[in-house]
Amino acid sequence: MNKLAIQTIACVIAAAASLAWAQPPDGYPPAAAGGRGGGRGGRRGPNFPQQTRPLASAEVIARGKAVYGVNCSACHGADLRGGDQGGPSLLRSLAALSDQHGEVISPIVHGSRQDKGMPGFNLTDDDTTAVAEYIHSVLAKVGTQARPPGMVDPSSLNVLVGNAAEGESYFKAKCANCHSPGGDLKGIASKFEDPRTLQNTWVSGGGGGGRGGRGGGGGENMKPSTVTVTLANGQKVEGVLVRKDDFDVTLTLADGTRRTIARNGDKPQVEVHDPYQAHKKLVPLLTDKDMHDVTAYLATIK
Amino acid sequence: MRLIIFLTTLLSVPAFSFQQSGLDPSEILKPLSEQWPTYSGDYTGKRHSTLKQINQSTVKNLSLAWVTRFTTACGPTGTGSGAGGDMGGFGGFGRGAVAPAPIIAGGFGKGDLNSCGGARLGGGILMVDGIIYMSSPDNAWAVDARDGTVLWHYYWKTRGGTHTGNRGMGMWHNNLYLEVHDDWLICLDAKTGKEKWKKEISSFDQQYFSSVAPIVVGDHVLAGTGNDMDAPGFLQSFDPETGERQWIFYTVPMTAEDPAVKTWASLDAARHGGGQPWIPGAYDPETHLYMFGTGNPTPAYTTGRGEGDNLYTCSLVAVNVDTGKMAWYYQTSPHDTHDWDSTQTPVIADMPFNGRTRKIVMTAERNGYFFVLDRVSGEHLVTGKFGLYNNWAMGLDEKGRPKRNPGKDATIPGSLVNGDVTNYPPPSFSPATGLFYVPENNSLRITYLIDPDPRGSMGLGGTMGGGGLSYGSYIDAIDYRTGEVVWRHETSGSAGILTTDGGLLFSGDGQNLVAYAAPDGKPLWHARIGASGNAPETFVLDSKQYVLATGGDQLYAFVLNE
Repeated sequence: MNKLAIQTIACVIAAAASLAWAQPPDGYPPAAAGGRGGGRGGRRGPNFPQQTRPLASAEVIARGKAVYGVNCSACHGADLRGGDQGGPSLLRSLAALSDQHGEVISPIVHGSRQDKGMPGFNLTDDDTTAVAEYIHSVLAKVGTQARPPGMVDPSSLNVLVGNAAEGESYFKAKCANCHSPGGDLKGIASKFEDPRTLQNTWVSGGGGGGRGGRGGGGGENMKPSTVTVTLANGQKVEGVLVRKDDFDVTLTLADGTRRTIARNGDKPQVEVHDPYQAHKKLVPLLTDKDMHDVTAYLATIK
Repeated sequence: MRLIIFLTTLLSVPAFSFQQSGLDPSEILKPLSEQWPTYSGDYTGKRHSTLKQINQSTVKNLSLAWVTRFTTACGPTGTGSGAGGDMGGFGGFGRGAVAPAPIIAGGFGKGDLNSCGGARLGGGILMVDGIIYMSSPDNAWAVDARDGTVLWHYYWKTRGGTHTGNRGMGMWHNNLYLEVHDDWLICLDAKTGKEKWKKEISSFDQQYFSSVAPIVVGDHVLAGTGNDMDAPGFLQSFDPETGERQWIFYTVPMTAEDPAVKTWASLDAARHGGGQPWIPGAYDPETHLYMFGTGNPTPAYTTGRGEGDNLYTCSLVAVNVDTGKMAWYYQTSPHDTHDWDSTQTPVIADMPFNGRTRKIVMTAERNGYFFVLDRVSGEHLVTGKFGLYNNWAMGLDEKGRPKRNPGKDATIPGSLVNGDVTNYPPPSFSPATGLFYVPENNSLRITYLIDPDPRGSMGLGGTMGGGGLSYGSYIDAIDYRTGEVVWRHETSGSAGILTTDGGLLFSGDGQNLVAYAAPDGKPLWHARIGASGNAPETFVLDSKQYVLATGGDQLYAFVLNE
């Protein structure tokens, strides 16, 4: 029996969850009781000082934005991520992050770092403070794990770069045994209008359409594995696999009841049927070009 | 057989010589046996105990001694709205209900960002002189190792920050050292749980978050930190009595004179390059070298740091503990684009290699490759691949480093690439079997570039994932001489690993604590305690060998049933 067949859904979800973290958080604490939250974005969002401390008034921030636009944006970028004239990103500037209300930023604007290439500006203290407050208003929008604000809308990026005709050839060779554009895949491009979701879904066999973090995968569309256990007396017990380890196999029977059967080595015989088995065999051999071609082809099946 | 057990018992009498002074740092130099005085048990990182009262023959009698549930504190005083609080352990000498342990509150928050509830027990656990010291984010406990009763509960009111798991505490005489996520290193009195001193070790404004288990080496407290905001990584050494900083070692070039600058787009890129050391390392007392792994470069997934190697990110780095100067480095993921932090626990051993005994250091990395180096010189000896579905690299370069396939970087239309093969749950090395044991996880997923800005993204931004397929989890046994996987045992989940001279390997399979035969991975015993956090541990008290493991928010202690 192919070892790959006996994986559980839980593994997919667990693996996907672990992928998204440089330093895995191994689960956040339970959500706070209502009203105790404090800080924008709730407990799950970033809650560093930039995201939790009060911002300056809208008036001050607007003034700072205007002053920044005139004096700073050419070098540091309109989005603070660094500009054409070589100024560093202010989104990750340790000076900007350390600043509270201009006490670190103002002297730099006034020329304290000219030896490092930062020119001095003849601005009033009110204006340099306003610039600092504007910078803080942008830093407040930095996302989890420092995802920068002001990214392009991902839906504006062209994912459909593949060759639909070559994708159709691949489909006929590798997929047509189980799938057909007029049958189970009828209208698939209309069902999954976002091409990333379309691609995630077909590659994973329907389970990977979920959105979310870098891990992706998993989600409510996952079809569970089924399992057949052949007991010593020859009786076969069949159901949806809940979990299988070295000691037990647990399944949900057709009537909804749960049954756990002890395992001892190869006894009783346990046969797991993974609905994603065909995809799991195909995907390691799938090149990115073939993947993009098939997605381009499926995108034509409206 | 009875005689062997009797002799083992005689040899396992606990030592009392240091009871008055807590933990003498020289105790940590001894091979792992009766106590568990530092993150990995000893400095080698082997997580291999010489204890063998519990062995392949006796493990069938392993039974629960006690179990204690740990509840985190919240609110101004730690008790939240009045509910919750610790209820101590079970079985307190027949006195009936045990009074809750005192909560000692510290910190600069209001308690409104802390939550009362089940603790995340994902770090290393200390056991010294019959007392267990354990932590979870913003919380630390002392526990009577004989019955599981909570003796004190320290509670830190956080100001926020990225709350990853807390990796454990360090100990020096009667001092405990705890990091908290808003960047303080706290010295606690081990007897009372009260603060002796605290020191801000990195900038909360600059979005550092601190979670590492401090490692005590002689009169040094080694403390790393973490950051996702394109800030430089560093390891610091502090005086154990005063908290004064002894040195700081940056893991990325901070000056133009550093030769590693040329591996970056610019000095500015290097200074924002990451390389956070967020997992403890191993220490070699002969060379005074502390070897630890560094994290991903930043921005993690996109352009913005040049085409070079981005030293010293994703590397195993050896630093002299007396000077803070680097002796050697070995980069396990040159120019990482997949967040392959090299922050796995390295393991040192003296083992036969090509006809002579060599002083080696081994590490199995998140990128799915296993490395053996000479730990004195940093010379590369072996590279093996243990991720079954690794496709991010194309072979090895002349230094034995995986050659990244740029075609597998995140792309706008999507790149199909393998996921993390292992992570912080620690591996184990058994000198008895010569095998290096590591949890292996296999998955493939599509990564999309969603931030194609030529200036690069920031932090861990810029990509989106989807289409994930799992290819299963295993415990791998790797031959250190060749890097080959000798056997794989399939598991339904994974945790860190402990091996013992009883010929056993303890780990978690997602729901069970399992004892396997170390030579071949055959399961011999299990208990359904829930998902384990870090790795099982073992110690001796009253001539009885204990096995300690976390299951969810509970700590379980097992002994042989007599």
